Amino acid sequence: MSTMIHAVYPVKADDYTFAGEASTDIKRKLKQLGVDSKVLRRVSVASYEVELNLVIHSDGGELIMDVDEGGVTLISKDVGPGIPDIQMAMREGYSTADEEARSLGFGAGMGLPNMKRNADDFSIESEVGKGTCITMRFNLA
Amino acid sequence: MTIQDIVNVLHAKVLCGEEKLSLPAKTACCSDLMSDVLAFVNEKTVLITGLTNPHVMRTADMLDLKCIVFARGKVPTDDMLEQAEEQGLIVMTTKVTAFTACGMLYEAGLRGVPIDWPKEGEA
Ligand SMILES: Nc1ncnc2c1ncn2[C@@H]1O[C@H](COP(=O)(O)OP(=O)(O)OP(=O)(O)O)[C@@H](O)[C@H]1O
Ligand SMILES: [Mg+2]
Repeated sequence: MSTMIHAVYPVKADDYTFAGEASTDIKRKLKQLGVDSKVLRRVSVASYEVELNLVIHSDGGELIMDVDEGGVTLISKDVGPGIPDIQMAMREGYSTADEEARSLGFGAGMGLPNMKRNADDFSIESEVGKGTCITMRFNLA
Repeated sequence: MTIQDIVNVLHAKVLCGEEKLSLPAKTACCSDLMSDVLAFVNEKTVLITGLTNPHVMRTADMLDLKCIVFARGKVPTDDMLEQAEEQGLIVMTTKVTAFTACGMLYEAGLRGVPIDWPKEGEA
């Protein structure tokens, strides 16, 4: 299938001021394409959650969006520190977020389960010392 | 109920989005935890919060929410209001605490946003 949009957003660790800019742009691009508002909302929420995780938990990484006729793919890749126990991290309520993140209203341990719920396909791979890669697919129509 | 009714009940001061007060308001939610709002809110609803940082506006934007009520007299910064204006949000501030604001609105007939996830009892 032909790619309609390919966008790459670098995301810096601990950059709370910029956090959410990538997701805002993703939402804007998809809205311009005329994506259905329910799907748009699911992509936006999942994108914001995964972007915040890059800011809060990772050592930096990038968010990649690809759009084709069939749907939207979001990929989050970072350079570390990796997740030691993915099963534990996927559990609702599990969070290692620091004080700064919590003071801004995050760290409920709901992000990963919320991404999984919103995406039609969700996969996560992680290696301690290497990094984490999350792939989400959202079907259009 | 309309957003204007909420303004009246809470004796709130509208900070932006004045031209949209006739929009309907069916439900509300109250939280300072944006993670929870992102996870549990499934429809357009009014957000009541005591938290004032740009991520409150961002969270509302991602969820397509139209109205934020800041409780206990909290006022967002000019930057945040500018952002809200761009997003087309209605923002107001009320002197009463979040608890009291919820109570007053409930009494006036507003109900909590339905939550369908996670299912009760699910770990
Ligand atoms: N990119 C990442 N790199 C390293 N660890 C991560 C990453 N993403 C998530 N984690 C780990 O998984 C845990 C759970 O993530 P999740 O997004 O579900 O919750 P949270 O970010 O802590 O809180 P919330 O998302 O509710 O604000 C995090 O606390 C963190 O320990
Ligand atoms: Mg998270």
